[in-house]
Amino acid sequence: MGGANRRVARAGISILAVIVVFVLLWEGYKLIWTAMGWENPVRPDNRTMPHTWDIFLALFQPAQRNGPPFILVELRAALMTLREAFVGFLIGGAVGFGLGVLFVRSTISERAFMPYVVASQTVPIIAIAPMVVVWGGRANLPQWLSVSLIAAYLTFFPVAINTLRGLRSPHPTSMELMRSYASTPSEVLWKLQVPAAMPYIFTALKVSAAASVIGAIVGELPAGLRGGLGRDLLQFSQQFTAAPEKLFAAVLIAGLAGIAFVGLITALEHRWIGANRRLAA
Amino acid sequence: MTERDDQIQETSITDVFASFEGDVPASGRRSTPARLVRRYLPAVFAFLAVLLVWEGLTRLFGVESFVLSKPSEILNSFSETSGLIWGAGMRTLFEAAGGFVIGTSLAVATSLAAAHWVGFRQGVLPLAIVLNATPIAALAPIFNNWFGLTNPFSKMAVVAVVVYFPVMINTTRGLLEVDPAELELMRSLAASPSEVTRRIRIPRALPYFFSSLKVASVLSLIAAIIAEYFGGPQDVLGQYIVNRAQLFQFPDAWAAILVASILGVVFYLLILAAERWLMPWHVSFRTSE
Amino acid sequence: MSAPVVEARGLGKVFGTGEAETEALRGIDLEIAEGDFVSLIGPSGCGKSTLLRLIGDLVSPTTGTLVVNGKEPRQSRLDRDYGIVFQSATLLDWRSVQKNVELPLEIMDFPDAERPTRAREMLDLVQLTGFGDHHPWQLSGGMQQRVAIARALAFRPALLLMDEPFGALDEMTREAMQQEVLRVWGETGTSVVFVTHSIPEAVFLSTRVVVMSPRPGRISDEIVVDLPPKRDLDTREDPRYFELVIEVREALRRGESGSSGS
Repeated sequence: MGGANRRVARAGISILAVIVVFVLLWEGYKLIWTAMGWENPVRPDNRTMPHTWDIFLALFQPAQRNGPPFILVELRAALMTLREAFVGFLIGGAVGFGLGVLFVRSTISERAFMPYVVASQTVPIIAIAPMVVVWGGRANLPQWLSVSLIAAYLTFFPVAINTLRGLRSPHPTSMELMRSYASTPSEVLWKLQVPAAMPYIFTALKVSAAASVIGAIVGELPAGLRGGLGRDLLQFSQQFTAAPEKLFAAVLIAGLAGIAFVGLITALEHRWIGANRRLAA
Repeated sequence: MTERDDQIQETSITDVFASFEGDVPASGRRSTPARLVRRYLPAVFAFLAVLLVWEGLTRLFGVESFVLSKPSEILNSFSETSGLIWGAGMRTLFEAAGGFVIGTSLAVATSLAAAHWVGFRQGVLPLAIVLNATPIAALAPIFNNWFGLTNPFSKMAVVAVVVYFPVMINTTRGLLEVDPAELELMRSLAASPSEVTRRIRIPRALPYFFSSLKVASVLSLIAAIIAEYFGGPQDVLGQYIVNRAQLFQFPDAWAAILVASILGVVFYLLILAAERWLMPWHVSFRTSE
Repeated sequence: MSAPVVEARGLGKVFGTGEAETEALRGIDLEIAEGDFVSLIGPSGCGKSTLLRLIGDLVSPTTGTLVVNGKEPRQSRLDRDYGIVFQSATLLDWRSVQKNVELPLEIMDFPDAERPTRAREMLDLVQLTGFGDHHPWQLSGGMQQRVAIARALAFRPALLLMDEPFGALDEMTREAMQQEVLRVWGETGTSVVFVTHSIPEAVFLSTRVVVMSPRPGRISDEIVVDLPPKRDLDTREDPRYFELVIEVREALRRGESGSSGS
């Protein structure tokens, strides 16, 4: 499809543009602040703000003496974090969808639980991460799965809210039409409400994808889980004075991991839209 | 709309929140006591039921408090350590509020510029949408090193960046999504662009701005706590929760979470109050007689 | 008689470029005298709204000349020579009715003391006395449209442009509003250009009906309405009124067939 190629090209250009703008701002800042002798808010020296090319080169140097290059180590870490995020995303997405369907079917359950679904997000839910890790340990879950549960906690809310909104979106006359066919509730759900809800659900999934990556990175901290991005970020932060480029390179990879996940969901969304257009035509 | 402007339609968490609010409170009917009871009774019941079942089961099966603390233990710790946890809460709130103010101010400035200069908008918005997909919390260790581990500004900076994107994207959308007829009206009156911004665009953007602020108020506390996980002073909520949890003092950790929740809700309600005060005309607050 | 308020010669408008090019108007010659009430009527796509927007300098012509109030349309807009009413009332939610009527006065820097008095006068004129403190959403559709008319007239423009102002109202309200507009027109002496797709409305209101036809939009006929100036319920039952309605209807049919044949 030409449209898909163009979209991918445009997304690629956007990302490239982000990088170019950053490099220009970063190096420009260093240049000007060094020339003027300014030190605030951030000192422009190479230890505080390494040159962008040094950060880039750091990606290809061995992470440890005679070890594989840094980028391979970090990509592996990113994959691990993305796996946690993805599993959490699936769990959270399923729970969110289930809640949406439950709420649309039963007003009482919506009245009883919706306020807490909302309240659960107006409180810093990330604060319970340490508990989740302990629970996971008691239940003999692998540690990464506990991290996934934290990611799931950040994921389910947008999906639940938007599923509910989407399931309610069909026009009343469409619902009446289905009634006139004497459709069963589950037929109404699958033939009318769920298709109508898909755009809403995809919107939520994109928000959730980004949130699940944050959940996974942050969840790794109290879990003390090694080998993922969260732990690496903390470690490179502590080694900052010795090797500042490493921290920046790891942050860069974390950013790309988030973009990749959201990009994947966006691609799925466009495929879905494309498939439905073909059906309609 | 141009193709580029279309991208403003992209996702943000604000949509999700805004959509929820649009669904429920805007019934347009006056809330009588009876209606309020009917609306919130199931929720109150659910809350009490959960508390009772929680307390009952943990007692019945003798669940250890480091697995699941009893509500009574948590309340106990909440009152015993109140000085400590509220102090920590205030320091965390300071970081969150500072970052909130910085991030929101920068976002509003960017939005006004984006609404004014088409070129700027076309350059900045796609970047913002891409950056919005990145785990911004990962910046915390960088800011810790730049501004100092103990400097509250390093946490504020994380909060500011986290808050910046939803507020900027949403406010820009609000400034641009103006009824074309209103623009024609202003043109027929030969109004200057700054008049159009002042009299049409800004009032039109307020609802978008406020729904993003509500999200931002919640995000700012979460971001401050996440930033604290990456190291810094010990007398803040994030560190307190992690430390207590590591010492298996779970009722203490839960009590601190309770503080965080209360602060989050209060922050949110403050924004809500400001919204009602500044936009008494808005649909969601109307009562028809 | 003084110079015409609107004078168009060979006016044309093309939207878009290249393949997406559409010719909205071609060869429009039109003259509107001071105090006239002219209706532009035609099927959708005949460019009647575009012609109104050309007069208001909301779009610019591609060819031909247009003089409004003896000036370039742009100058006339900058001098605030006209008020405009759209199909939707386009009132600002966050302003009271009074403040909505004051909006043009604020933009034109009328003195603070004068604005409220002027706005109240206008609300009296459209019979909304006492509704100044209401908010737009508390008013019915017809009342909202009356506020829009009050706003358009607040700075006493020489010309009133109305773009299907009653298109969204029900028949009853619509007839009441037509009566209202005639009364306001009689009291202010403003010239009116009125876009509509309702034949009875055009005949009832106007001194002259300009019939337009589509693809490309042009003027196919002009019908002078020789009904007595004072119009009321009896007018709607006047045989001459029916004749004129039929005349306009036939002119519209001729316009249709003429354009499909070309």
